Amino acid sequence: MEKNNLSATGSTMKPDYVIGEHPDLPPPSNTIGPIAWIRDNLLSSPANIVMTILSIFFLYKILPPSLDWMFFDAAFVGEDRNACRAVADGACWAFISERFKLFTYGFYPIENRWRVDLSFVLLVIAVIPILFDKTPFRKYGLWFAMVFPFIAGWLLVGGFGLDPVPTEKFGGFMLTLVVGITGIAFSLPLGILLALGRQSNLPIIKVFCVSFIEFIRGVPLITLLFVASTMLSYFLPPGTNFDLLLRVLIMVTLFSAGYMAEVIRGGLQAIPKGQFEASDAMGLKYWPSMRLIVLPQALKISIPGIVNTFIGLYKDTTLVIIIGLLDPLGIGRASLSDTKWTGLSNEVYLFVALFFFVSCFAMSRYSLYLENKLQTEHRR
Amino acid sequence: MSNSTQIGTEQMNTDQDNIVIRINQMHKWYGQFHVLKDINLDVTRGEKIVICGPSGSGKSTMIRCINRLEEHQKGDIIVDGTELTNDLKNIEAVRREVGMVFQHFNLFPHLTVLENCTLAPIWVRKTPRLEAEEIAMQYLERVKIPDQANKFPGQLSGGQQQRVAIARSLCMKPRIMLFDEPTSALDPEMIKEVLDVMIELASEGITMLCVTHEMGFAKTVADRVIFMDGGEIIEENVPQEFFDNPQHERTKLFLSQILNH
Ligand SMILES: Nc1ncnc2c1ncn2[C@@H]1O[C@H](COP(=O)(O)OP(=O)(O)OP(=O)(O)O)[C@@H](O)[C@H]1O
Ligand SMILES: [Mg+2]
Repeated sequence: MEKNNLSATGSTMKPDYVIGEHPDLPPPSNTIGPIAWIRDNLLSSPANIVMTILSIFFLYKILPPSLDWMFFDAAFVGEDRNACRAVADGACWAFISERFKLFTYGFYPIENRWRVDLSFVLLVIAVIPILFDKTPFRKYGLWFAMVFPFIAGWLLVGGFGLDPVPTEKFGGFMLTLVVGITGIAFSLPLGILLALGRQSNLPIIKVFCVSFIEFIRGVPLITLLFVASTMLSYFLPPGTNFDLLLRVLIMVTLFSAGYMAEVIRGGLQAIPKGQFEASDAMGLKYWPSMRLIVLPQALKISIPGIVNTFIGLYKDTTLVIIIGLLDPLGIGRASLSDTKWTGLSNEVYLFVALFFFVSCFAMSRYSLYLENKLQTEHRR
Repeated sequence: MSNSTQIGTEQMNTDQDNIVIRINQMHKWYGQFHVLKDINLDVTRGEKIVICGPSGSGKSTMIRCINRLEEHQKGDIIVDGTELTNDLKNIEAVRREVGMVFQHFNLFPHLTVLENCTLAPIWVRKTPRLEAEEIAMQYLERVKIPDQANKFPGQLSGGQQQRVAIARSLCMKPRIMLFDEPTSALDPEMIKEVLDVMIELASEGITMLCVTHEMGFAKTVADRVIFMDGGEIIEENVPQEFFDNPQHERTKLFLSQILNH
């Protein structure tokens, strides 16, 4: 039967290739290319078609007016709000460009702003070797990153040959970066220690870490910041002048360290028991075993959570406004009360939002890059 | 140790010296559960011991007590002259001399094969990196996978991973090797490549304790076979006698089950 069938079709459709040497053919044209993509992704079902149409309608309604407002109908130069309105109906970016320096440096003395710029350049130099392991001279870069906080502190605060600048003058993006980066840099190691302490066999350490973490997680950051600005002075001996910014830095760091510890604990728990046993059986002591075997794996698993905490911390820096420090949002609100520029809150908030978005999006992208890199490197 | 003048004591001393592991009236509990009961075992230098017994009989627990992955609650364990107590120094000293190979390999997935092998020599023995790498390559050659040195464990087959695990232990130049069912997580075609490596190793004078159900391996390599059940050592004998002439009912039952399936 089958044989008959085969020979019947075989006579009409003789294969035009040698059996076993079928050439590689391109896929049928209706399965690749933009048309196929549109069909598969946008028009694959009736519900999908409706969604696509609605989305296009929505974009059509939203996009052109926004673009008009932001760019085509916007005024980029002008003395004040009226000058803006005279030339265009859209955004008045002249306001932002006039206040740009204020947004960047806060009230940092103009003649000393080069110190902020220099710190920023050094920051970039310090961060690159940390982020990318293929950086040339990475070893020296990492050493530099270790001393960078001290150099930056000296440059920004002054003393030892530089004009001292009181930290109340800090503000704007510079303040955000100072608080955000200090918090990030110190909360990670602190969080690691807390997470390890929470798993410790020594009851005192364990109880301390657990109560610390639970306290931090149970109290809003605002409360801690208020404590930082007022309460601490009760506990400290009278007359000690404990810098307000320093208190904020400590509180923000402790706060995110508490969250960090829980994120990392999740990673630690995901490490199979066999890994601990293998490193014990080799005679590795606690710290080498943690540093070389457990933490590299636990941190890798925790990357999304860690970056999430970083981003949260970075955005929480806006809360310093509550205790009178002027971050970009604070500067923006202060600027809005200028009678020359009334009613420009859209511009200000959009600008500040853009700044935060760019920073946080960069962190998020970097975390994806890192995850991918480690993923392919270890290919489980 | 001491060069005693009396022949009698000297004789005794060499006997003592030849015992590398002495387990004396050792008991262990998991909570209320009495898992090891009155274990007595002397292992002489260079001896190959195979431990078998039904699942849950305490085989793993016993050999894990030897490098203190598990703590015993009663009796003594003396490894190479060092008594295992709560003293961390002693535990570390014992672990430096005792290598262990696990059922599930327990390689470090974030390190290459070579890094897996050099980690302990560098950090525990303080061997210079280059020297440690040289030693590691020697042992990787002995287990016949020098060409995989720069891969990650996840890229190797199970048999290859277990051979890496053996090489990793050997890089510490241990006097004693413990194996806990090294082949039971492997597919049949990979068991042989691992057993071959172990047989070769056995011919080199290292002391081996091996929990396994590979009776062929036991017959070729073991000086003594130990049968455990219910947390006790039920029977021990040279392999020939053990397999041909088991004394205890439970041993007979176990052997009939394992040989006939
Ligand atoms: N951490 C633990 N806590 C409580 N009981 C345990 C623990 N580990 C093992 N046991 C119990 O102790 C007994 C002995 O376990 P062990 O792992 O030594 O057996 P085994 O002889 O190695 O068995 P297998 O051949 O299945 O590996 C088992 O009954 C097991 O359930
Ligand atoms: Mg077992």
